[in-house]
Amino acid sequence: MYFSDETQKKSRRLTEKWQDEVQETLKSNPDRKDRFSTVSDLDIKRLYTPEDLKDVDFARNIGAPGEFPYLRGNQVTGYRGRHWTFRMFSGMGSARDTNARWHMLLREGQTGLSTAFDFPTLMGYDSDSPKALGEVGKCGVAIDTLEDFLELIDGIPLDQVTTSMTINPPATILWAMYCAAADIKGVPLAKIGGTIQNDMLKEFIAQKTFMCPPEPSIKLISDTVEFGAKYVPRWNTISISGYHIREAGATAIQELAFTLRDGIEYVEDVIRRKKMDVDDFAPRLSFFFNSHIDFFEEVCKLRAARRIWAKIMRDRFGAKNPRSLWMRFHTQTAGCSLTAQQPYNNIIRTTVEALAAVMGGTQSLHTNSLDEVFCLPSEHAVEVALRTQQILAEETGVVNTIDPLAGSYFVESLTNEIEEKTWEYIEKIDAMGGMIAAIEKGFPQMEIADAAYKFQRQIENKEKIMVGVNKYVTEAQHAVPLMEIDEKMGEEQIKRVQDVRRKRDNHAVKQSLTDIRTACKSGANVMPCCIEAVKNLATQQEICDVYREVYGEYRDPGLY
Amino acid sequence: MSARKIRVMVAKPGLDGHDRGARILARCFRDAGFEVIYTGCHQTPEQVAAAAIQEDVDLVGLSCLSGAHRILFPRVVELLKEKNASDITVIGGGIIPEQDFQMLYDAGIKAIFTPGASLDSIVDWIRASIQTRDEHH
Repeated sequence: MYFSDETQKKSRRLTEKWQDEVQETLKSNPDRKDRFSTVSDLDIKRLYTPEDLKDVDFARNIGAPGEFPYLRGNQVTGYRGRHWTFRMFSGMGSARDTNARWHMLLREGQTGLSTAFDFPTLMGYDSDSPKALGEVGKCGVAIDTLEDFLELIDGIPLDQVTTSMTINPPATILWAMYCAAADIKGVPLAKIGGTIQNDMLKEFIAQKTFMCPPEPSIKLISDTVEFGAKYVPRWNTISISGYHIREAGATAIQELAFTLRDGIEYVEDVIRRKKMDVDDFAPRLSFFFNSHIDFFEEVCKLRAARRIWAKIMRDRFGAKNPRSLWMRFHTQTAGCSLTAQQPYNNIIRTTVEALAAVMGGTQSLHTNSLDEVFCLPSEHAVEVALRTQQILAEETGVVNTIDPLAGSYFVESLTNEIEEKTWEYIEKIDAMGGMIAAIEKGFPQMEIADAAYKFQRQIENKEKIMVGVNKYVTEAQHAVPLMEIDEKMGEEQIKRVQDVRRKRDNHAVKQSLTDIRTACKSGANVMPCCIEAVKNLATQQEICDVYREVYGEYRDPGLY
Repeated sequence: MSARKIRVMVAKPGLDGHDRGARILARCFRDAGFEVIYTGCHQTPEQVAAAAIQEDVDLVGLSCLSGAHRILFPRVVELLKEKNASDITVIGGGIIPEQDFQMLYDAGIKAIFTPGASLDSIVDWIRASIQTRDEHH
């Protein structure tokens, strides 16, 4: 019990008295609206009291930092040991352009790198593919071959800086490029650290960057998990992501539930397919969440996430290593909460969201730039976004004590509620036969579509407010200077990849593609062949074409 | 003639996977009483144009948030024209900077709706324009 009987009794008396006064007050001063709810539409009570925590057991449900159930964080010393990693998602135009931005960010105090690739790279097409028309270098950096990749990481100490790569269907290939680059630079694989997103389930659910059907997609992911456990022990081989699920319109609970259920699916596959012990790979599973605008809902979601995952790993999978029970996660502030109207307001939104991520105990953070509703961020805008994190870390004092919001009647109560509702979803998906089966039914996709549509209607009827969109609207324009990608960049990139195809040893490329095809067909791990292929300057599309040929292609079912 | 429902195709040309807006609009058009075809993501302009003709739609709504609209939107209009289907109205939406509006209008895109446009305003625009088209026929 969190509070003594005596305290509970007193609290009940006080609450009853207060409720009478509320009824009295409402007669003359009614509430502004009938219903108060989170951005995800969870009902919020007028007041939370010790009675809301009457079933909470401090040792069992809350505990200490670094102890099961890890509600208060994985680290025994919280942010007093080290801050979260300042990791800005960044990539644009050519490898050279992006490398320059990375060096600028590191000079300004960023502590980790995070790579945004353009759509052709994300989807497994080379820059000169007809499918890449108009997209080269637009939403991120274009990487066709190891030559581009070496330019991307030029001057980056691979044994000191960790690099995250938001890459999914071609994750094996981009990771192979990283491994090959380390090898060329004489850095042992055991010394490199970073993350590949490599989470295909959320692609089918939300982000829609898919290539092959779910089953072989998961096989490739398990290959990376196995390879990482053996040879690249500091690498996070999956970043199980709720971010895109949320951006697609999910509620906080859907984000949490679908992400955790995806995590379960990956763990099951590695155990079944690779016959590995859960403790041999679970410590390198990482997560990625959204931090949306509803401050307390986000803090509680992140706290609940750690507790649920610890229970899943211990009780469902029998993990013994404490590191297997840790949910380590990166957070990004919510792109979908930003507005094109009055764009400078986005700095404020991002600040609140970043604070929620920190109060939720994130290990790593990206803060959106104010201009990201229009295009990739300008250097000035990204600097403000990075400074936002640095001000939180260095000036505000919010990092002085661990999990400062713990014990709040409201925070613990909402954390419990989010956890309960998350378990309900997880059980529902279990009953469907797992996440792949649920995706094939369209279940998570339609749940998200319903939530997105409901939210849009709530904006239209002003039940939910977005400042500058449906309230406090102004005619005045607050133009921000935007960054443009030079249209010539695409042509140059096309020339680059075509030059590589001409000058490389095409016989060696053909042989390494044959080796990948053989591995795909036999079920062997593709990673060693991928590293060999990228060293021979096979393009990423050439390797993806082998995957498409052997495994087939997945097409968007177009559910709405 | 007037009994015919307005037929709308919501399409995602290019490699962009940001489909939240497109899917909300598809549902909104359905609720407004239109017949709706949604292509799903990752369509080439050729696929979009061919589907629009095959489905005999009155209007195609193109959605793109990747910055590729400058090339992909005009290409769809051009392909419809090549196939003698210029009577299909093409509108666009997504992340479209204002400085691109004129070049898209010049290319034959009839209207552009960007973040903040209300669902009702888009439905109203379609009702007004498509009725106009029926009267001409």
